[in-house]
Formats: sequence, C-alpha cells, structure tokens
Amino acid sequence: MAVAAPRAAESRRARRNARAGSGGPRYPGWLALPAVFWYLLFFLGPLAIMASYSFGELSGYADVKFVWNLENYRYLFDGTLYTDVFKRTFVMASIGTLATLAIGFPFAYYLARYAKHKTLLLLLVIVPFWTSFLIRTYSFLIILDPEFPVARALRPLGFPASYELLYTQKAIYIGVVYNYLPLMVLPLYAALERMDWSLVDAAQDLGDSAFRAFRRVTLPLVLPGVLAGSLLVFIPLTGEYLIPEILGGGKTLFAGNLIAQQFLEARDWPFGSAIAMVVIAALTIALLVYARAVGRQEQYG
Amino acid sequence: MGRKLLGAHTVLVYVFLYAPILVVVALAFNGGRQVLYWEGFSTRWFGEALRDDTITEPLKTSLIIALGNAVIACVLGTMLALALARMRAWVRVPLDALAYMTLVTPEIVFGISALIFFVQAGLWVGIESPLGIWTILIAHVVFNASVVALIVRARFVGMGQALEEASYDLGSGPLSTFRQVTLPRLAPAILAGGLLAFTFSFDDFITSYFVSGAGTTTLPLRIFSSLRFGVSPAINATAAMILGLTLLAIVVAYVVLRRSDDARRSAVLVHQV
Repeated sequence: MAVAAPRAAESRRARRNARAGSGGPRYPGWLALPAVFWYLLFFLGPLAIMASYSFGELSGYADVKFVWNLENYRYLFDGTLYTDVFKRTFVMASIGTLATLAIGFPFAYYLARYAKHKTLLLLLVIVPFWTSFLIRTYSFLIILDPEFPVARALRPLGFPASYELLYTQKAIYIGVVYNYLPLMVLPLYAALERMDWSLVDAAQDLGDSAFRAFRRVTLPLVLPGVLAGSLLVFIPLTGEYLIPEILGGGKTLFAGNLIAQQFLEARDWPFGSAIAMVVIAALTIALLVYARAVGRQEQYG
Repeated sequence: MGRKLLGAHTVLVYVFLYAPILVVVALAFNGGRQVLYWEGFSTRWFGEALRDDTITEPLKTSLIIALGNAVIACVLGTMLALALARMRAWVRVPLDALAYMTLVTPEIVFGISALIFFVQAGLWVGIESPLGIWTILIAHVVFNASVVALIVRARFVGMGQALEEASYDLGSGPLSTFRQVTLPRLAPAILAGGLLAFTFSFDDFITSYFVSGAGTTTLPLRIFSSLRFGVSPAINATAAMILGLTLLAIVVAYVVLRRSDDARRSAVLVHQV
C-alpha cells in the first residue's frame, strides 16, 4: 500500500521525461535479468512442476507417473475426510484474521492517534515480528504448561480454574494471534497514520456521535489498511504448518499439515501437490475479491 | 472507546508481544536441569549449548547459508530495484507482481514445489541426492532478493534521480554513475536489506525443512527436532542467543536506515512485506 504513492509519482516523472525526450530508463533494463532468471528457474518453474505433479499419480515408493488426470482432485473432494480439513483451515484462517483485527485495530488506532514516540513504539511491534517464528511459537509450550511458574503460583488462588490449554485448538489460536498480530498491525497503522483527524472532529462538531463519526469517517478511510492487513494474515494462515504442529501437538490437521504429511510421511507427492494447488486456487480467489474490493473503494470511496 | 481504555489495551498488547520472548530468555539463565523449576541464575546452559556439536554444527550451517543468501540477495535485489525504477509499465508491472508473489505465496507451497524441483532436476542431471546446503541457499534467495529489491527500490524512488541525471549529462556511463553517485546513496538501504535477508534466512524453518535433505541441519531445524522431547534449558539458551543476534541485526538495520533520513517510511515499507 505504502509503495503506491511513490510509484504514482514515479510514473508521472517517467511520462514527463518521455514527453521532454530526455530519454528512457537511466539504468538499463537488463539489470533485472539475474533476479528474473532466479525467479523463473527457482520459483515459477517449481510451481509449474508442482502443478503438473498434481495431475500425476504415485508409482512405486516415491516416484511419479504423469497420467494427466484429475484423480487426485477427485479423491480430495470425495467424501468429507479432506474437505473437513479445508473447512477447518478456512475457519482457522478467518477466526485468526478477525481476532488479530479485533486486537490490532484499537492498538494501531491508539498508536496512530494518541501515542508519543511513534517510531519507537512501531519498532517495538516490528521486533517480535522479525524474531524467529519458531522460537515465538515454542515459547507457548512453556507458558501454557500447567507447571509454568506463574500458573503454579496462581493455582492456590483457584485461578486459572483449568489450565489444560496445551495441545488443544485454543493453544493453536493463541499461537496464531500471537505470531500474526504484528502483520495485521503494520498496515493498519500505516493507514491510520495517514488519517486527517480534523475530519473526525468536524463530523463531531456537526453533530455526529463519536461512534457515528467513526463509522462514517474513520472506517471508510482506513478500510484499505484493514483489507491489506487481513490479507497479510489470512494468506499465510491458509498454509500454516508450524503452530498446529507444535502447539496443537500435531493432533489437529490443517491444509499445511496435510501437505507436509503427504510429502514427508506418506510420500504421495502428486496428492500433496493437488492439496497445494487447491490452497493456491483458494488464495487466488481471495486476492481477486480483495482487488475488487479495493477497486470499488477507489471508485466510490 | 475512551482514550484511557485504548491506552490500557495498548499496554496489554505490548505485554502480550514481549512476555513470551522474555520468558524464554529468562529461563535460559535457569541453572537447573528442568525448564520450569527455577534453581538460581546461571549461564551454564549457554556454555553447554556452545560445547554441543549438534548445536554448533547447525549454527555454522545456518550462518553460512544466511551470509551467502544475504550477499546474493543484495546483488540480485539491488540490480532488480535499479532496473524496475524506470521501466515501462508493461514490463514493470508483471515483474513487480512476480516479486510480490514470492513474498505472499504460503511458504509451505513454495517449500514443497522447491523440493519437487530439486529432486526432479537432480534426476535430470544425474545427481542422486541433490538436497543440502546449496538447495537451501538457492531457495532462500528467491524471497530474500524480493525483500532487498523492495527496500532498495523504496529508497531509490524516494531520493529522486536528479543526481543520476546530472551524472549522465556530465558524461558518466551507467557503471561509473552507479559507483560514484547511486551506490553511496543507496548503501544504507542495501545494508538494511541485507541484514533483513540475513535474519529471514537465519530464522527460516519451513523452506529449509523441505529442501534440506537428510544430511543437512540448520539451527531452526535442530531446535524443532529437539522439541519432540520437550523444551530443554540448552534449547532456551540457544534461542536466547538467536534472539540476541536477531536483535543486533534489527538495531543495526534501523540505525543505518534512520541515519539515511527516511527511516519511518522505510520502516513501514519493510513491514508491509
């Protein structure tokens, strides 16, 4: 989102240069070639091979035979065994997105509108985000343990009544919110930081209640940030593997775990590829919906 | 909502963000054998971790990969950023989309596709077990080149190109313009991007997990495999050291970017990644 403004300025400048005849790109375009080569060979190429694997079948121990049919997909949507996993993944990604939004919005709002030392406070959000995902996740193995010193100290006071969180869905959700909160907060903050708060004051001076001013003035203006944050959280959550594996004890399967299982244990790579393709297809749809929402926002907003 | 309530919420969120990390670091200094029972302050587990080959070998592997990844990502990313800055839209937009795709594709999807690719490529060129340090490095560069490109480009576009144009007008070619004008001004952004790429690679789990093969272990892989037997004090000490290293990289990146005057915008940009 934040790159949009400089990019627009840049294209204006490029057009001006073209009109003035001061001549095309200063740094030659071929400078992009090494990176493009890398992307094509090691990113798009592998994705294409994975796509073709999804139309193949397992032969022998771990080999693939390219039969070019939809068997893997049919098997995937046959019965409820795997569709349940997709449903569960969708629910988890949706709840995770809404929960980080519910916690992150008031937080980002306060930072953007009232806080002093904004840069420092923002940096303090970024630091956990930059530190190891694995360490951040396993820290809850300690905190959610019934023998965690704080839990032990509180137990005589009858609180918390039940501390059976570890290896449950609740633990997974705690880990999800914890790990993904910064990803939601940063675009929210970027949008709220650009807010002109005098508009809200004006609405309230003209008789809007605080809530009405929020709904009619603030919300429409920060909606792009809300959408961007939701996307940044939702997309990686659809492929989340580590949190359910560690905090859920591997008991609850999500799409990411199912994919990993096919590749590392069952060794059915074609079937695993088909699951990954379904995830990609779902995300493409989500991205298209997002693009439409943003487009509409720009049109009427 | 009242302002005070919002303030209290904000404080709680910061506590939530930092408590788990601080717990791990604090318990790394627990002298006892059991993680959850405090037996006095001690640094013994740091020593134990650093004497343990099954920790120091993966540490070396991780450092080599992260360093190589940072260097290659900086070269590729900077070149891409310079090229993209003034390309025609019909070339730039798809390239942009491609770079963003490497960042938003769920890592597990990228991880397995890279695994398939390396195994298949190994079959084609006749290498039986291609997976190892090289495949991890190659895969890490894919998304880290995009990270560097994003940061460098934001700086390059932000600083305007009047000096470059002047340099060309005075007869310098692209190479000497780059060396004498662009590089000195982009250096902070390149360094910050490189440090970020280093941390992302050093901390990476998912991609490494799939393309590492049987014989290669990075530090996050080592930690993950030991979690099957529960958390141990030595693992906490290792984690504390990783956190320290990461924090150092962040602080350096931040200071460098801040001194180059557009810290706040860069910080926001970086974290849109």
